Amino acid sequence: MTFWTDPFNFLFAWLSGVFQGWGMNEVLATVLVWFVGILLLVTFAMVLDIFLVWVERKVVARFQDRLGPNRIGPFGIFQPFADIVKLLIKEDITPIGADVILFNLAPIFSMMSVLLLWAILPFAPKMYGVDLNVAMLYLVAAGSIGTLSVIMAGWSSNNKYALMGSFRTVAQMISYEVPMVAAILVVTLMAGTMGTVGIVEAQQPFVPFWVYSPLALLIFLISAIAELGRSPFDLNEAESEIVAGFHIEYTGMKFGLFYAGELLHSFTFGGFIALLFFGGYRFFGLENLSPIVGAIIFLAKAMFFYWVIMWVKYTVPRIRIDHMLAFNWKFLTPLAFILLMVTALVNRLLLGSAWLVPGLFVSNLILIWLTIEYLKSQARKTRAQEEASVQSVAAEA
Amino acid sequence: MNASQVLFLVFAALTLGSALMVVTTKKMIHAAFWLIATLFGVAALYALLNAGFIAMVQLVVYVGAIAILFIFAVMLTRKDLRDSAKSLNANWGWAALFSALMFGGFAILLRQWDGFGMKEAGALPATDMITKLGTALVTPTQYLLPFEVASVLLLAALIGAVYVAATNK
Amino acid sequence: MIPISWYLIVAAALFSIGLFGVLARKNAVAILLGIELMLNAVNINLVTFWRYNAPATVTGQVFAIIVFAVAAAEVAVGLALVISIYRNRKTVIADDLDMMKW
Repeated sequence: MTFWTDPFNFLFAWLSGVFQGWGMNEVLATVLVWFVGILLLVTFAMVLDIFLVWVERKVVARFQDRLGPNRIGPFGIFQPFADIVKLLIKEDITPIGADVILFNLAPIFSMMSVLLLWAILPFAPKMYGVDLNVAMLYLVAAGSIGTLSVIMAGWSSNNKYALMGSFRTVAQMISYEVPMVAAILVVTLMAGTMGTVGIVEAQQPFVPFWVYSPLALLIFLISAIAELGRSPFDLNEAESEIVAGFHIEYTGMKFGLFYAGELLHSFTFGGFIALLFFGGYRFFGLENLSPIVGAIIFLAKAMFFYWVIMWVKYTVPRIRIDHMLAFNWKFLTPLAFILLMVTALVNRLLLGSAWLVPGLFVSNLILIWLTIEYLKSQARKTRAQEEASVQSVAAEA
Repeated sequence: MNASQVLFLVFAALTLGSALMVVTTKKMIHAAFWLIATLFGVAALYALLNAGFIAMVQLVVYVGAIAILFIFAVMLTRKDLRDSAKSLNANWGWAALFSALMFGGFAILLRQWDGFGMKEAGALPATDMITKLGTALVTPTQYLLPFEVASVLLLAALIGAVYVAATNK
Repeated sequence: MIPISWYLIVAAALFSIGLFGVLARKNAVAILLGIELMLNAVNINLVTFWRYNAPATVTGQVFAIIVFAVAAAEVAVGLALVISIYRNRKTVIADDLDMMKW
């Protein structure tokens, strides 16, 4: 066992040996090493977060035909540090009538709900926090802590707009959890396990799960964006309607925590898309070289899907609140459930045969085609009605 | 006193302490948030009992749905929840006495049970608990019927709740 | 390992606290909160008995899951009733809801 073949366990054994050399007993040393490991993982996530700020600003600038930050350091890469200094020296305001404890807890919970997810991200075959057998449920549970932080912030700020923003967010997050869970269930069905490492190991290099079920990928992507509260689902902070939503009263680093939490959450969900549908750390056998290579592959994939989420964010305009709810309950949720049933049926019929993957893929394509045809006929009907009403008005005039 | 016992005491204290806050705190919204702390404590107890699936379901169902429903209900019925109003009714002394008697009764009953002195839990079976649970819930000879009845119950509750709370009937 | 008695005592205490909440609180929503505490206490007991008495079977966990479903249904209907009452009577104080009292 060397650093190259098994970095986490190598460091674990080494650090535990150092602590025991200082005269600690084995249990205490192990607990201490765990804490150091958690601390390092969290620190890594937070440092990555600092650079995500730069990535986000640079990419949005490109989408909007600007240059973005370019003054501090090469390509403006040290801009986030200037941002941090600015946030730190701002006045920390607590509004009158605010519920002080909840007001201060909310940003911490927001960040916590993201960092909790890093415990189950497998970076490489032997590099992960923990291989839970209920990891996919854990993902949903951590999301509910995020919902909680938003409602805490909205209620404790003693501000109408904040409360409205948090109501919107909660309605959105709880609604879009349903199709997301259905998409996760499709993946669980195909992998036969809920553990993240098991899901990655179940995907062959040339047929990751997006080939099995492209529709599940699409549903997961849409509901993940809604869960993140990013455009086109950024109703919780719709500037033109409710100023800034649930974090309207937050200043300085407390606002910074919400902002950084959102970016890291997007990146983490990019990682989950990579691991659920694109084989996680696997890349045509390259991951067998070393877990370190696997971790780099995984982070690169996560960064790519983070970019996809940004691409959607800066391309699609915000949708209206009733459209958001109608889209979920009248379209996405039924579609997700139908997909789940079709996948279960095809999986059952073709289990063990070579036709499983083509069968699933074709059934997905048929489902997509049927959905598009149905939507087309619906759109034609609506359009005919609208035109008829316009014509009758025109005839009266 | 080993590590798991220390963890148990910490989470038991969290559970019971925040449960006491739920029933005594004046602001209703704080009671709802203390309920969330209790639910976290209970989930941790499940995790200590090696019931990871139940712990996660506890978080998803209780914290993600039930607690948020409570917070919404508290906000929607906030008009006469002024913080100056008394939160306990006139008979709270009797209620406290009755609850204490109930606890004493439970303690006496439990002490008479033979298994009360059990110090160690048996070894867990090697098979994956979640697979077993999932199979048990859809096997007709095991728990298919309760499972289906529970889903029908949830559907009925869904429709009933919408009908009761809808404004324009 | 943790003795079974610790879990059972914690569950009994949680149940009694919930009972106190149900009996002593004025607000209808708070009474529902107390019921939730009692349901949680029952669930702790179910999972404890599963772990200590029959870890090879799944009965205790199935029971716990059914209790979750019942709790969710109970909260949904209960809170809908409370909101409906609030809309009609402008109060959720249990003592004031005495229309049925002769």
